[in-house]
Amino acid sequence: MATLSAGKRLKSAVCTTEIMVIAAPDGDVDLYCGGSAMGAGDGNGGSVDADHAGGTAIGKRYVNEDGSLEVLCVKAGPGSLSVGGTALTVKDAKKLPKTD
Amino acid sequence: MNTMMLLEMAMSGFGERVAFTDPADGGSITYQELYNAAGAAAHDIRESGADRVAMLDVSNLAVPVALFASGWAGVPYVPINYRLTADEIDALLARVTPAYLVTDNDHLDTFKGRDGVDLRSRDAFLQLARGGDGHAEQRSMDPDDIGVLLFTSGTTGIPKAAVLRHRHLVSYIVSSVEFMSAAEHEAALVCVPPYHVAGIASTLSSVYAGRRVVQLANFSADAWIETARHERITTAFVVPTMLSRIINALEGEQTAGMSHLQSLSYGGGKMPLSVIEKAMALFPDTDFTNAYGLTETSSTITVLGPDEHRAAATSDDEAVRKRLVSVGIPLPGVELEIRDDEGRALAAGERGEIYVRGEQVSGEYEDRGSMVDAEGWFPTRDAGFRDAKGYLFLDGRADDVIVRGGENMSPGEIEDVLLAHDAVRDAAIVGVPSEEWGEAVVGAVVIDSEKPANDDLIADLQAWVKNHMRSSRVPERLEFWAELPYNETGKLLRRVVKERLSAPKQNVRTTMPLLYASDIERARAFYCDQLGFTLTNRWDPDGQLGWCQLEMEGAKIMLQRAEPDDLKGLAQGKSDVALFFLCEDVDDLHRQFQGRGLDVAPPTVAFYGMRQLEVRDPDGRALCFEHPVDD
Repeated sequence: MATLSAGKRLKSAVCTTEIMVIAAPDGDVDLYCGGSAMGAGDGNGGSVDADHAGGTAIGKRYVNEDGSLEVLCVKAGPGSLSVGGTALTVKDAKKLPKTD
Repeated sequence: MNTMMLLEMAMSGFGERVAFTDPADGGSITYQELYNAAGAAAHDIRESGADRVAMLDVSNLAVPVALFASGWAGVPYVPINYRLTADEIDALLARVTPAYLVTDNDHLDTFKGRDGVDLRSRDAFLQLARGGDGHAEQRSMDPDDIGVLLFTSGTTGIPKAAVLRHRHLVSYIVSSVEFMSAAEHEAALVCVPPYHVAGIASTLSSVYAGRRVVQLANFSADAWIETARHERITTAFVVPTMLSRIINALEGEQTAGMSHLQSLSYGGGKMPLSVIEKAMALFPDTDFTNAYGLTETSSTITVLGPDEHRAAATSDDEAVRKRLVSVGIPLPGVELEIRDDEGRALAAGERGEIYVRGEQVSGEYEDRGSMVDAEGWFPTRDAGFRDAKGYLFLDGRADDVIVRGGENMSPGEIEDVLLAHDAVRDAAIVGVPSEEWGEAVVGAVVIDSEKPANDDLIADLQAWVKNHMRSSRVPERLEFWAELPYNETGKLLRRVVKERLSAPKQNVRTTMPLLYASDIERARAFYCDQLGFTLTNRWDPDGQLGWCQLEMEGAKIMLQRAEPDDLKGLAQGKSDVALFFLCEDVDDLHRQFQGRGLDVAPPTVAFYGMRQLEVRDPDGRALCFEHPVDD
């Protein structure tokens, strides 16, 4: 369990996925990737859980159900993201005009 | 969280794509190469021990390398305006030493051996970056690290250094740009200078989107058009003055012939309605976007998108049509409020100061701290109002700063210079709407009663300002007033000055008709030798007649030599101007004209009861001399 704050980077313990926190709720958040807790980058020797093997895509933003947690995938991997067993979903791409 | 992360993602997502092209020397760099170069440059920056990376150069490949290298090295990046004088640059440099300075060859000698400056020429920097293999090892990912220091245009005399931390810049990019959203053929033409926040934002957003940037070092309308066509540019950003010039350069063409230009965004000043309407007609296939933002907000905070442009341009609804001159609605994650002088939120339609809140909003200056209040709101000092649907309209600056051609200037600075002149007792400078510049600098002065209030003094005052300040500060128009309007507490009522100076009025010089002459010598000969006017004043700027003032029996006219630009629709014998002169006796005048060899028809009686003698001047203008017919 860990508290997350905007800007924090976490690595998957079981695959190449890396994320950066964009927004996080107060309090502890147990963010998992591939079925294992994400952390500073030390692998845990395990492998991607078959139930959490949907994969992550670089540049995609992932959110929890109520939108209080939002992370940006900065490195892709075969594991997928979840909190408390519930998978995070891809946030819809914005359709903003190019401004600069 | 660090801007470097954006490039790292680009490198791993589409490393082989070309990231930047510099048409000046034909060079280009891929995202992978840019990543490697930034790593090697970061190593050199670390070795130098500098606290800041300063960039004093036009757009070129070294600019993005230095921007990302500074993020990598954990050292703030400070782009400096290369148009400043050496003294001004010196003053800014002194504030950022010890600095690692990358500059062009022109500035290299000036800053050689300067204390606290580790100098790299643009070429040497690019060579060590692109040839190096020693990446700097660690980089700080602290979101609170300072990413960029940007000197604002100096509205209070001394430029303020706006602080943009990595979290502001990364938040702006991640929330407003979709990663890898650009198709491979897309190319952005960037003509804003590197020291402008739009220059920083365009570098970061293009890298994140995977869109190739074509760098245009020095803007001219012709260079912009040629580069856009040659590089098959798909997106571009311009300030209003640039768009106005592009349109002028395309004069006479039905369309710009740039179907490849998918989007054209603009911002940085007030866009005149006539300019955007002409632009939309010239670029029928292009999506227009108006972006409003500030240095202190990491660039764009509100956007008027392409659909809204089209809706406004074609709507019958006045409120919708008006939106063409609005700056749109806030980006996701950005909140706006309009507040009065007491800080109270105002309702739709009420003018007040614009406040903004959001992750990308820094609102912080070096040595002054944060201007953001406890709730996160930043007072922009811009004034405006929102319509019933929340569209934001800008209406000047809350503190009356003049924005001329994208350059902010303080009226106070110019007033101070004028007040230092012997003849000036009081002075007020304001910005008034201008097609070309967004705002033009004009003013009113109260002069010493013993000094003559004439054009010579105005010219003298303009020269005085020019000798003391940058030429952009010189008032285009100055008026002599008996006194300036003040309120009871002695505060200058700048709004009143502005209203009086904005009101359409005749210039003192043009209270007499100003006639453009396609051949001024021929015209002068006609008016003087055949009609009998007397030449009372003349100006010969280059040994040739520029203008002359003519009089006859109290009637005054001014002839002006038509430059090629003036001729469009003005002269060339197509003029439909008619001038009427009241005379004692037009039959006598007719005889005089005939005596001087002028072939002219005898006077007739006009339907409104005047006996009238009509003459055509060499440019085809009708000159009607007349007197009332007795009963």
